[in-house]
Order: sequence, then C-alpha cells, then structure tokens
Amino acid sequence: MAMSFEWPWQYRFPPFFTLQPNVDTRQKQLAAWCSLVLSFCRLHKQSSMTVMEAQESPLFNNVKLQRSKGHLFLLPDSSLKYLWRKAEGRQQTEGKLPVESIQIVLEELRKKGNLEWLDKSKSSFLIMWRRPEEWGKLIYQWVSRSGQNNSVFTLYELTNGEDTEDEEFHGLDEATLLRALQALQQEHKAEIITVSDGRGVKFF
Amino acid sequence: MDRFVWTSGLLEINETLVIQQRGVRIYDGEEKIKFDAGTLLLSTHRLIWRDQKNHECCMAILLSQIVFIEEQAAGIGKSAKIVVHLHPAPPNKEPGPFQSSKNSYIKLSFKEHGQIEFYRRLSEEMTQRRWENMPVSQSLQTNRGPQPGRIRAVGIVGIERKLEEKRKETDKNISEAFEDLSKLMIKTIRFKSYLLSMGIANPVTRETYGSGTQYHMQLAKQLAGILQVPLEERGGIMSLTEVYCLVNRARGMELLSPEDLVNACKMLEALKLPLRLRVFDSGVMVIELQSHKEEEMVASALETVSEKGSLTSEEFAKLVGMSVLLAKERLLLAEKMGHLCRDDSVEGLRFYPNLFMTQS
Repeated sequence: MAMSFEWPWQYRFPPFFTLQPNVDTRQKQLAAWCSLVLSFCRLHKQSSMTVMEAQESPLFNNVKLQRSKGHLFLLPDSSLKYLWRKAEGRQQTEGKLPVESIQIVLEELRKKGNLEWLDKSKSSFLIMWRRPEEWGKLIYQWVSRSGQNNSVFTLYELTNGEDTEDEEFHGLDEATLLRALQALQQEHKAEIITVSDGRGVKFF
Repeated sequence: MDRFVWTSGLLEINETLVIQQRGVRIYDGEEKIKFDAGTLLLSTHRLIWRDQKNHECCMAILLSQIVFIEEQAAGIGKSAKIVVHLHPAPPNKEPGPFQSSKNSYIKLSFKEHGQIEFYRRLSEEMTQRRWENMPVSQSLQTNRGPQPGRIRAVGIVGIERKLEEKRKETDKNISEAFEDLSKLMIKTIRFKSYLLSMGIANPVTRETYGSGTQYHMQLAKQLAGILQVPLEERGGIMSLTEVYCLVNRARGMELLSPEDLVNACKMLEALKLPLRLRVFDSGVMVIELQSHKEEEMVASALETVSEKGSLTSEEFAKLVGMSVLLAKERLLLAEKMGHLCRDDSVEGLRFYPNLFMTQS
C-alpha cells in the first residue's frame, strides 16, 4: 500500500544501496536511511516488523532503480532524474540493500531510540517513528493541559477514546504506548497499574 | 673433429638450405688441418662442408651436436672465425674424416668474409631448432644416448657395459646442461646490445656496490635517471609493476629483484630525487614525479565522473587514457576525499559524484 508515499531522492540514487566506506559519507547515508524507515513506517502505520519482511519490503528494495550512464540531475522537486545523451540502452536493475547493511541501519535506529528488538535472536523489532520519551511528553502535556493529573486511564482510553481524537498519539499502538508510559514512570510522572480488563495508567 | 661424418651433401626431404659461404677453412681445435678451402652450407638440420677443389670430399655435422657458438673477430692477417663447441660424438656415428680428436670444438675461418651473416643465421637455427619439428631420414637422426630398457649385465663384460652406459649417461647430462647454457649465451649477446642502446654500459650491480644501503642508494639514483622521461610520458605516475618491467628491460642483464627495486624506491624521497614512492591504501605502489599532485587530479576526475553521470574504473581509464589499476586508485582516492561515492552491485563497481554530501 504505497499510496502517496514520497520516496526521497536518495531512493533513486544507486549508491544509496551500497554501504559507503567513507565514514563521513556513510554517516549521511545512514541518517537518510533512518529517516526513510521512520517515515515509511509512519505512513504505513507499521509499528513492528520482522527482518525478513524488511528484506522483502520496497523500503529496502527499489525494483525500479536505474543504473545506466547519463547526466545526473537533481530537479527542484528533489526528484533524481537521468537524462540520456546517447540511447545506450537502459539497464533496469534492482537496488537492494544487502541484509548486513539493513542490520546496520536497524542498529542505528536502535541507538537513536527509535527501535527495540522484540526477541533475543533479533528477528523482529518494534519501530517507533517518535521515541517513547517524545510520546510520553506529548501524552503528559495533554494530561496537564486538560487538567487530568491524578486521573486514571485505561490504555485503550488514551489511544482510542473520544477525548484524544485530535491528539497525535490517538491510534498509537499499544507496544509503543507502553514504552511511552514507562518513560513517564521513570520520571515519576505516571504509574502503570492493573485495571479490571487489562492495564491502565495513573498520572501525577 | 671426430664429430664430422661423410655425406653426399644432398639435402634430405624436410631439410632446407639456409645460407652458404665459400672460402671457409676448418680448424680442429686450434690446429690447422688439410680442409683449408671449402664451401660451408647451413641447413635447418646440419652444417655441411664441401671441398672446393674436390666436390666428393663432403662432410657434415648435425646442428643438434652443437653446444654453443662464438664469434672471433678478424685481426691483422687473420680472418674472422666462428668457434663451434660440440657434444661428444655418439658411439654409433657414421664414418668421417677423423676417428678421434682431443678437441671438443672446431673453428670455421672465413677467408672470403661472410662470417657475420653466417653467424647470425647459425644462431637463429640454433635458437629455433627447426630440426626438432622436421624429422628427416633415420641416418641423420642423433643418437640420443642409451636406448631405454634394461642393460643385461652378465659377467665382466656386463660390468664393463654398465660402466660404459653410466659414462655415457653422465656425458649426456653434462651436454644437456650445456645446451641450456648455449641458449643463454645467445640471449646474453643480444642483450648486451640492448644495454648499450639504452645508454647503460655499466648497470649498478651487487658486485660493484655490495648488497647494503649503498647499493640501493646508487640504484635509486640510476632509477631517477631512467624513469624521468617515461613518467612524464605517462602523466607523472606509474605503477611499480610497470616500473619493474621498464627498468629490467633497460638493464638487460643483471636483472633487479622486486625487493631491490622497492628498497631503492624507498630511498628516492630521502635522497631528494625528483620522484617518490607512494603506497595507496589498497597496497598498490606507484612512482610519482615530485611535481605530480594526485590530489589535484582528483578534482578533474570528479568533473569527468559528473559529466558522465557515473563511471566504472575501466570506463574512466579508457576516457582518460590511464591504466585501469591507476584509474581505480584515483577514483578510490576521490572517494576517500569525499568527492565520490560508490555503487557496488552485481553489475560491478561504479563511482558517482558524492551527492550525499552535496545535497543536504
């Protein structure tokens, strides 16, 4: 379901799919990858993924990548275009980030706090386009704004209740929500509790 | 002189005449013998001498019996000569003018000149050994030593036979060793002229300077002399392998070992010579003119790559007129400096302008 997802210019740049040996270049490359993964997952509302899925996903596979020679132009709309000087015949081949490089991108995301491994064998992960601390902050801001400190909520109420419809965290997946609340818990701004049919949270 | 056999002088089928010369005298070792005026014929298989006065007096030796040949220049009152060193005669040799001789060489004296050309053609035949590919009749074939198969040794006669076989075997081994030497000698003489043509009359050798740093220092100085022009012709940079080939070709004999070359090159900069050794990250070693600035070449490389969108090492090499090895090093250097980035796929390694850095 690609919908109207706008691929960044790097996605059409063949070197994007080769881990760059130059350290400074690699830093930029990885930053671009992290950004792409987060925006992709955000649009597709994908909060978790397996490494297998990632390998097969268009995220790490540009099946329409063009490698032929020609003038390389970066147009004002940030799309990358090749213009052919001579009709040397297009070579359309895949741009596929190798799994070792995918692992490196995922590790970068983990270091930044946007990714958490869901199992010891690192086969599936939670992907959070906003870090749990950031979500926590947003939730707590809403709680304070609406004067609901010292209130208790079920997790469901927070993400699916009428009151939160206009909030960014509305519709947030449970796994991410939990981590957001755990972050608040660390700051003593909330406490996760057990309620009748599941879990809830009390804000301070 | 006991190697010669009587012959009709007629050439066999597959045997071709190469050159002939009148007025040739034969010496047995250093001794003058009665064969003082004849026509010397060189064929693909044999050296034939026919008496000018008595055509029925005709003898030959097989080229395969020659170990090596030497030239002897003419002097006052002396004609130019060719000295022909020979293998021992095979035991079942056909009859010839001499049954035995204490000399293992003969001399051919060219009283009516023609020695230079004859020597040249004879050398050629010795190198090409065409007689090996063009078999002629059995009577002309060399006996290549003891026949395969066991020698039956019975009684004293048997022991004597065995000793004889052993002696022949040893002889054969020595002759074969000399055969290789003869080929080397011919090449040596050719290389000597290369040397002089390159202006290197006395190559720096370990004998002259020993094998320590002194040697390498002298070598470094000589290298600077040899390489200046070739470097200029090649855009100021050459791989060490190219240098190795070029230098050894110039030296001819007394070839440089790779270790000696590298050690000499390491001293270039220290000795303030106009060239230097450079080692790239990949381990590839090059010699650069001091005036050459590879980092500046990178800027022009970036331009070339940008113009074409992307390039492989081979494509770049072709465009710029460099060896692929050096082209790749330049692109890798450009990548290291952050001007290029790479696309490594099943299609090969391509370099692109580093848009990661320029488009932010």
